[in-house]
Amino acid sequence: MTALEESAAGAARTARPGRAAHPHGAWRTALARPLGRVAVAYLALLVVCSALAPVLAPYRPTATDLDHILSLPSGAHPLGTDALGRDVLSRLLYGGRTSLVDAALAVGVGMAVALAAGLLAGYFGGWLDRGFTWLVDVMLAIPVIVTLLAVLAVIGNSMSAAMIALGVLVAPGIARVVRGATLAVRNELYISAARVSGLPHRHIVVRHVLPRVAGPVLVQASLLAGGALLMDAGLSYLGLGARPPAPTWGNMISEAAGVIDRQPWLLVPPGVVLGLAILAFGLLGDVLRDTSAERTTRRLAPARPVPVTGRKVVEPTTALLSARNVTISVPGPDAPVRVVEGLDLDIGPGECVGLVGETGCGKTITARSVLGLLPPGAAVTAGSIRFDGVDLATASRATLTGLRGTRIAMVFQDPGTSLDPVVTAGRHVAELVRRHHGGSRARVRARTMELLRSVGFPEPEQVAGRYPHQLSGGMAQRVAIAMALAGEPRLLIADEPTTALDVTVQAGILGLLRDLQRDNDMAILLISHDLRIIATMCDRAYVMYAGHVVESGDVAGMFRNPAHPYTDGLLRSAPRRATPGEHLTAIPGTVPPPGSWPVGCHFAARCLLATDECRAAPVPVARLRPPRRTRCLHFDELSGGRA
Amino acid sequence: MWRFIGRRLLVSALLVFVVSFLTFLLQAVTPGDTARMILGYNYTPEAYHELRARLGLDQPVLVQYVHWLGNALHGDLGTSPISGVSVASEILKRLPVTLSLVVLATAVTALVGVGLGVLGAVRGRGTARLVDVLSLGGYALPNFWLALVLVTVFAVTIPLLPATGYVPLSSGPGRWLAYLILPVTTLVLQGVAVFARHTRDSMRDVLSRDFVTMLRANGIPERSIVFRHALRNAAIPTVTVAGLTFIGLFSGTVFIESVFAMPGLGGLAVQATTSHDLPTIQGVVVVFTVIVVLVNLAVDLAYGWLNPKVRVS
Ligand code: SF4
Repeated sequence: MTALEESAAGAARTARPGRAAHPHGAWRTALARPLGRVAVAYLALLVVCSALAPVLAPYRPTATDLDHILSLPSGAHPLGTDALGRDVLSRLLYGGRTSLVDAALAVGVGMAVALAAGLLAGYFGGWLDRGFTWLVDVMLAIPVIVTLLAVLAVIGNSMSAAMIALGVLVAPGIARVVRGATLAVRNELYISAARVSGLPHRHIVVRHVLPRVAGPVLVQASLLAGGALLMDAGLSYLGLGARPPAPTWGNMISEAAGVIDRQPWLLVPPGVVLGLAILAFGLLGDVLRDTSAERTTRRLAPARPVPVTGRKVVEPTTALLSARNVTISVPGPDAPVRVVEGLDLDIGPGECVGLVGETGCGKTITARSVLGLLPPGAAVTAGSIRFDGVDLATASRATLTGLRGTRIAMVFQDPGTSLDPVVTAGRHVAELVRRHHGGSRARVRARTMELLRSVGFPEPEQVAGRYPHQLSGGMAQRVAIAMALAGEPRLLIADEPTTALDVTVQAGILGLLRDLQRDNDMAILLISHDLRIIATMCDRAYVMYAGHVVESGDVAGMFRNPAHPYTDGLLRSAPRRATPGEHLTAIPGTVPPPGSWPVGCHFAARCLLATDECRAAPVPVARLRPPRRTRCLHFDELSGGRA
Repeated sequence: MWRFIGRRLLVSALLVFVVSFLTFLLQAVTPGDTARMILGYNYTPEAYHELRARLGLDQPVLVQYVHWLGNALHGDLGTSPISGVSVASEILKRLPVTLSLVVLATAVTALVGVGLGVLGAVRGRGTARLVDVLSLGGYALPNFWLALVLVTVFAVTIPLLPATGYVPLSSGPGRWLAYLILPVTTLVLQGVAVFARHTRDSMRDVLSRDFVTMLRANGIPERSIVFRHALRNAAIPTVTVAGLTFIGLFSGTVFIESVFAMPGLGGLAVQATTSHDLPTIQGVVVVFTVIVVLVNLAVDLAYGWLNPKVRVS
C-alpha cells in the first residue's frame, strides 16, 4: 500500500505552500477542468448510490440464491452473483456505505489533528514549532500498516478504531504541509499588521490564515480519502473488518479470490469500483494542486527556414562567422514574440568582437543561436548564420554538435553553475580532451594538465582533483575556459564572462582571454553590458537595443564619436554603471520589452532627437565610413555622423 | 555529516522505544481484554485468570513494558501464547522470505523506474504517457487485487507459474525465482511509476541546469550528458525515492504475502492480528520499525556518498 505512505511522505517532502487564494476559488478552478469534473461526478454518484442503497439495491445484500451461484451479469443480476448466489450489485452498493463512512472517519480525524497541530506550530512558532518538527520527524518513520495491525490486535476487529488510528498516523505528514503554508502566510505583511493592531489570535487564524491554507489542505484531504479507502479495503480483505456476511468491498474481493478458478469475473466489480474511487480522489488532489500552482508552457513550431527577401546582395566576405538578417522568436502568451530582428554581424578570423547592450536586449539569445542552443520553443525564424560555409540557422543537429567545441566554443556568465557539481575540475577538462582528440589515458591526462596550466594554474594537479564547490568563482571560470579550449576552437563566445566575479578577479580573466586570442589566433565574441570591458578588449563592437543592432563599427571611433543616440547615452552613463539590469541614468524611460516594440525606431520613446518620421516606419541601417553603420535617421546630429 | 547521522540514530532509537511502548499503552487504555479475546466466548474464570497471569496482564503496564524491554534488548521478544513458539525465532525464520521479496522487487523497480524516467526525460511523449498510465494504475489499484488478477491470468488461466507458496533459495534458484515472479511483479507494478516519475522530474531538472548547456556548447555528445552527467546528478535525489520505495513495498508485503500464502513477516503480522497474539505483533512492529530506520540511515549515507558537497566537507 505504497500509495498511502507515499502520499503522506511525499506530501511532507514536496510541501508547497499553496497559492490558491481561497477554497471556493480552488474548487471552482478544479471544476473547470474536465478531469476534475469527472472525478467529482464519479465520487458524487458513489456517495448518492451508497446512501440510497436500501432503495436502489435490487436485492438484500445477504439474500442467498443457491440456484444461481457464480452467474455472469444478466438481466436479473446486472453484475452477476457470487458463490452463494448473492447479487453483486446490491452487495457493492451496501459495501460502499461502509467504505465511505470509514474513509470519512479517517479523513475527519486526520485533518482535524493535522490542522490543529500545523496551524499552532506555524502560527506561533518558537518552541512549539521546534517540538512539532521533532515529533513529526519521529512519527513519519512509524510503519503505518503494521501499526494498524497492532491496534486491531489489541482492540479487536473494529474498523472504526483502525480508521481513527490511520488518521492519527498520517496526520504528521499533512500537518507539516499545513505548517509550511501557515508559515508563509504568517510572514506576510497584512498579517503582521493585523497582529500589531491587537486582533485576537483566534480571529486572525480563522479569518486570514485558514482561507489561505485551504488550498493545500483540500489537496491533502483528497489524497488521504483515497488512501483511507485503499486501507479500508485492504484490512477488510485480510478479514479484519466487518464480519461476513456483511458486505464490504474488501471482503467481496477476498470472497472472489476463493473462486478465481471458477468465476474470475467476480474480481472485476469491486476492484473497478474501488480503483476508480481511489483514482478519482487522487485526480481531484492533483487538479487541486495544479490550480494552486498554475503554470503554462507553450511551444513554438520548429524553426523553418524562411527565404530572405528584399535584401541587397550579400557582400563577399572573408568573415569567419557572418550573420545576415537574423530574426529570432520565442514562445509568447498568444503568439511567437520576436526578441531579435534583422541582425547582421560579422566576425573575422582572430578578431575580438564585442556585443554590447542592456539585459534583455537580445545579445545572449543571439550568441546561443550560433551554437543551436536556443531554449525550447525559440527558433531562428529568418536569416542565415554562415560559419565555414555552413548555415548554422538551418544546419542539422549532427552538424551543430560536430562544430561545438572544435570550431566554436562557449563560456558562460556564472562559473558557479557552469560546472557539473559531482565531477572534478580535472575530469571536466579531460572529458573534452578525450572527446576532441582521443588518445591514451596518459596523453589525455598530459594534455589536460597542459590546458589547466595555460589558463593560469601553475600547479594543475592540485586543481584537477577539486570539485566545483571547492573552487572560487575565478578559478571555476578558468576551468571553464580550459574546457572551451580543449577542442582548439576558432571562435570562442564569452557571454558576460566576468560579470559574476569580483572586480579584482575580472582583470585576470580578461587578460587571460586576450592572451589566448593572440597566442592561438582564436576569434572571440565578447558579450557584455560593460562598455569599459568592450573598449579594452575588442577591435570592433555591435551595440544592441531592444532586439536591433543599433550601431556597429570600430571600438575606437564609435566610442569616441557615437553615431546613434543610444550609444551616446550609454557612453554618458558608463562611468557610474557596473551592474547589469540597471536603468540608464542618463537616458530617461525604460527599454520596451519584446512584444511591445513600436513600428518605427525602437529607441524613439527615449530619444531626444526623435521626430514623427522616426516613429512612422522601420528605420533602415545607414552606412557611414566603413566599418561603421547606424540604425538612426538623424545620425548627422551626432559627432560620429558628422565625422 | 557524522553529527547528523548521530542525531538520526538517536531519534531512531527513541522511535523504536516510543512505538513499542505505544502497543503496551494501547492495551491499558482499551476496554477490551486480550485474554478474553483469545479465549473466545466459553471459558472458566480459572482459565481466564491463569491466562492473564501467563501473559503478565495482571501487572501494571509500565512493569510489563520494562520487563519486555529488558528481554528485547537481549534479543528475546517473548513467546507467542497461541503457538508457544519464541517470537524472535519465528521472526528470524520468516525474515528471509520477506527480504527476498522486497529486495528483489526494489531492485527491479529501481532498474525499470530509472530506465523509464530517463526515457521520459529525453524522449518524452510515448514513454511519458506510459509512465502516467502505470502510475495511475499503481496508485489506484490495490496491490492485493492486482496480485489476484495476475494469479488468475498467469497461474489459473495460463498455468505458467505457481499460484501461491514459497520455496527457499536452497531448493534451487530456478524454483525460488518461479515462486517469486508473481509477487515481485505485483510490487513492481505498484512502485515503478512513482520511481519513474521522480527520476524523470529530477532528470529534467538537471538537464535544464547551466552546466548542461555549458557541456553541450563545448561539444559533449548528448548521450554522455544524459548518462554520465545528468544521471549522476539525478541519482542524488533518487536515492531518497529508492528508500521510500523499499519502505512502501515492505509494508505492501502484509497484503501480498497473504495473497500468495508466503511464510513471511507480513503474513505473520496478519496471523498475529487475527489471533490477538500480542507478543508476536509487538515483535513484528519493532522489526518493521527497525528496518524502516535502517533504510533511512542507508539513504542518508548513500546521499552523502553520492554528493561531493557532503562527502568532501
Ligand atoms: S531614428 Fe530617430 S528616434 Fe531613432 S535613434 Fe535616431 S533620432 Fe532617435
